[in-house]
Amino acid sequence: MKKLTLEQKLYLNGFRPDAESHLSIKDPAKCRDCELKQCTYICPVNTYRWENDQITVFFEGCVECGACRVACAECGNLEWDYPRGGFGVNYRNG
Amino acid sequence: MSERGEKFEVIVVGAGPAGLSCAHLLAKEGVNVAVVERGDFPGSKNVMGGVLYTQPTAEIFPEFWKEAPLERHIVETQAWVLTERAAFKAAHRHEDFDQEPYNAFSVFRARFDKWMASKVREAGALIIPETVVESAIMEDGKVVGVHTGRPDGDLYADVVVAADGVNSLLAQKAGLREEIPPSEAALGVKEVIALPRESIEDRFNLTGDQGATIELYCDASWGMVGTAWIYTNRDSLSIGVGTLVSQLVERGIQPNDMLEHFKSHPMVAPLLEGGETREYLAHLIPEGGLHGMPKLSAHGMLVVGDAAMLVNSMHREGSNLAMTSGKLAAEAILRASQWGEFSAESLAYYDQLLRDTYIYKDLYKYRNMGRFFETHPEFFTLYPDFLNEAAREMLTVDGLPKRNKQRKIFWDAMRRRTPWRMAIDFFKAWRSIA
Repeated sequence: MKKLTLEQKLYLNGFRPDAESHLSIKDPAKCRDCELKQCTYICPVNTYRWENDQITVFFEGCVECGACRVACAECGNLEWDYPRGGFGVNYRNG
Repeated sequence: MSERGEKFEVIVVGAGPAGLSCAHLLAKEGVNVAVVERGDFPGSKNVMGGVLYTQPTAEIFPEFWKEAPLERHIVETQAWVLTERAAFKAAHRHEDFDQEPYNAFSVFRARFDKWMASKVREAGALIIPETVVESAIMEDGKVVGVHTGRPDGDLYADVVVAADGVNSLLAQKAGLREEIPPSEAALGVKEVIALPRESIEDRFNLTGDQGATIELYCDASWGMVGTAWIYTNRDSLSIGVGTLVSQLVERGIQPNDMLEHFKSHPMVAPLLEGGETREYLAHLIPEGGLHGMPKLSAHGMLVVGDAAMLVNSMHREGSNLAMTSGKLAAEAILRASQWGEFSAESLAYYDQLLRDTYIYKDLYKYRNMGRFFETHPEFFTLYPDFLNEAAREMLTVDGLPKRNKQRKIFWDAMRRRTPWRMAIDFFKAWRSIA
């Protein structure tokens, strides 16, 4: 079958993005000392990217799985919440 | 006390299998119950593999298969052990699985849960969608309601049921649960791939609404502790891979890459040929088992389903544990309301009920399995290779006598793992699941 890029796959999902992010980094400076930067690869939709010496959060495609929350739990620098009611991913199949 | 928000007898947080089961049974008994769901509609945030088992579902929704949106009834269950270029397959099919009430169905959570919610509404519960529950309202250490994200959105209740799934912020903020360690959660990534009915029926040897499932191991999850799956729907496949978050972090693997690796496996790709991806999904699966189980009850609160980490990963069971736990929570609440007593002691009856069911007994049986496999990667790399190489050797006709082949298989294996180590590995593996 035809291989889709991750970006193409995300176009297939239903989303109602909020204006404000439900995810945030508490102290951006702390991420500079993070050796693994696991948030940049553990997220199934690549929400977190290392740009200009800091983590940028592209929350719009977040599918609210919680992988980043679990992977980064130890350092506690990630503020993880659900999007506001009715916002976020809208699965048709599930 | 001055102005308080609306009061219900019970507030269920989360419209998944656990929450809806609980709410349905309570509403049928005339309890004033509200289900608060953060999604657009009940089901819109819900993900599973998706196999739904009949018996635990029918205990709450009798004869549901006659009207619920289902895909196929499962008649065949396969298990494949994959290495890079080979597969060792086992399969079971039974005619009993082809007859009502059927043993299991492939389903889409978003559609099935929407249907369940309609039944819960019919039974008299109030379903409040598009509403996030932020935390529990605590008074003197007792849970008396929930703060929602709506303006003036405080809701009060005698009992709050945390059915808000694997991430359960509610149970955590109420102090019943801690952060899940990365070794106690698996990340599942899944695609729904559209294929014509006829292709599915040809490829999986099915007719009509018959369905098949395949669980795939080892190279399927790139040698990490996990499982992959391919389930047949009416005119699509649900295909995915789940591995421990700790393993992905350690190996530096992006989950979508893991799924693509699986999809491109030479034994898997032909099943998907000509298919078109329709949806891409990800979800955490609680893998902590008995060790990871949180506190299940407190004054005014019960924790059910994924929020309570009730998943039997050995047998890909989760939604059935969720529904049964929802049912038991309803039973405990009904008893508590008869007594008019919603204290921790009274609601701990739920813990007791859970202990007497297959849920606790199965989680107890497999309590050491997760840790064992996490610390024994050879079961995902070395042993599958032994198995497939032994099969290849015995099946290759090349003039070598069979006894020589057996010796060759034996010595090839010995060079890579001593008999003593192997004996210990398998003894311990058996102990961890026996």
